[in-house]
Amino acid sequence: MSHSHIDVRYVANLARLELSDAEVAEFQPQLEAILGHVEALSKLDVSGIDPTAHANEIFGRMREDVPHESLSQAAMLQNAPDQAQGQIRVPKVVTDA
Amino acid sequence: MTISQLRKQLTAGETTPAKILEGLAGEITARDSKTGAYLSHDLESALAEAAGADLGLPLGGIPIGIKDNMNVLGQPCTCGSKFLENFISPYDATVIKKLRAAGAIPFGRLNQDEFAMGSSTENSALQTTRNPHDHDRIPGGSSGGSAAAVADGTAIATLGSDTGGSIRQPASHCGVVGLKPSYGRVSRYGLVAFASSLDQIGPITRSVEDAALILQAIAGFDPADSTSLDVPVPDYLSGLNDGVKGLKLGVPKEYFGEGIDPGVRRNVEASIQNLAAQGAEIVEISLPHTEHAVATYYVIAPAEASSNLSRFDGIRYGHRASSPADILDLYKKSREEGFGAEVKRRIILGTYVLSSGYYDAYYGRAQKVRTLIRRDFENAFQKVDAILSPVAPTPARRLGASAADPLQEYLSDIFTIAANLAGIPGISIPCGTVDWDGGKNLPTGLQILAPHLGEAKMLQIAKAAEA
Repeated sequence: MSHSHIDVRYVANLARLELSDAEVAEFQPQLEAILGHVEALSKLDVSGIDPTAHANEIFGRMREDVPHESLSQAAMLQNAPDQAQGQIRVPKVVTDA
Repeated sequence: MTISQLRKQLTAGETTPAKILEGLAGEITARDSKTGAYLSHDLESALAEAAGADLGLPLGGIPIGIKDNMNVLGQPCTCGSKFLENFISPYDATVIKKLRAAGAIPFGRLNQDEFAMGSSTENSALQTTRNPHDHDRIPGGSSGGSAAAVADGTAIATLGSDTGGSIRQPASHCGVVGLKPSYGRVSRYGLVAFASSLDQIGPITRSVEDAALILQAIAGFDPADSTSLDVPVPDYLSGLNDGVKGLKLGVPKEYFGEGIDPGVRRNVEASIQNLAAQGAEIVEISLPHTEHAVATYYVIAPAEASSNLSRFDGIRYGHRASSPADILDLYKKSREEGFGAEVKRRIILGTYVLSSGYYDAYYGRAQKVRTLIRRDFENAFQKVDAILSPVAPTPARRLGASAADPLQEYLSDIFTIAANLAGIPGISIPCGTVDWDGGKNLPTGLQILAPHLGEAKMLQIAKAAEA
């Protein structure tokens, strides 16, 4: 954690997020200021400290395998931005060889 | 009017659920154009529910406003985002089912920071909500609509969600009661997730007793939420008036340092003296890792947000960009068009701290500091029954005051964030007003923090502080 440089456009691409040039210019100094603040954590000695991922230590709990009614097809499709023949329509995913 | 007062009127036949709903709708029409707390409300469907209300139930016939990130069957759930502007919920969240089982009527959708990210409700992509005490100021965030509606008299009580203070801080800024339960006490099923290890749903009300009534209704195990705690729910009302005599209340020295407004400090200290006068023993304590809470939060919360918000891809629901070149372009453009600036900032920050080469330095380290913060509280609660502090360093600031400087806005959550990292409950109750930054009579709040699952004692102390 020795530097707070962030390649905003590169990271946004990892997150599947397009950004305008104006947004990149706006976010760059803001995110570097936030990461600069976070640098303070590097000064703490955390050797031998276990990480806390969750406030409650509940792991691997399974609910009872009881059959129950699921949402209907109509309910599933009611918010779909594009649909046809009872299915959600998307752009072509598989390209020609 | 409080829930308790309305319950008496309802059982005495002096009013009806329909009259209460129509009254609220009238108040919304009269005043909400100035406050902007409501994104929508459906009087017709609420009246249909009111016709069958069972007045014998604990919340029978009482309308409850809902922050717009909890699913209510057939109602919009926008999360304050353009991405979900036209989304209609296909099911009820567990808290809504529980409210209905207690006789309450979900009524109205309340504005919030987009996907609950923010401390002012200025990050809503849909409208501006103003503080009812001063329309030039923020209501606080991210449950700003939920707090403003209760303060404005356009809701009797509401539900909010609290990831880093998003119930307590707007409650403080609006002069009402806001309760964040222990992590795992209230089911998150049907709450649109922001940071799953931190989010909790809780009530915003006009009195501590009302907060206890709603918590009683929504608390409890839910098999649909894998983080829900399978432990009995105590009676939150029976010990409410037991007072604070003999209780040890801790005052952390780190919460009264530089940066806190003198008026806020004066009001909080007066509340502490009031509790001392009622027989509580006040003990100075230390929470040494307080200064690292904000940095820890702004690694962990965006990391979880970047993961949770990956589901918003324009495929199954929500906004979809028109005429994309291919599937990847559809994802990227839909997210570019649908998300606002704060959400994008946090997705980028979260993706960065989780990315290869940075994970250990940022995320892994923040999780270890989270352990230190949690231990601070565990050590403190060996010595005291509860902890008293301010909710926020200042009263509500002016709209737009920190628009270009997100770090400054993040730092305003310094007193509330640690409770989410540790999973402990917290409550904000009004403690007077101050004149500040040109504003008159701006509300301030006292925060009471309790050990994990210590809501009953926390409410008991809050009731004493309310007096």
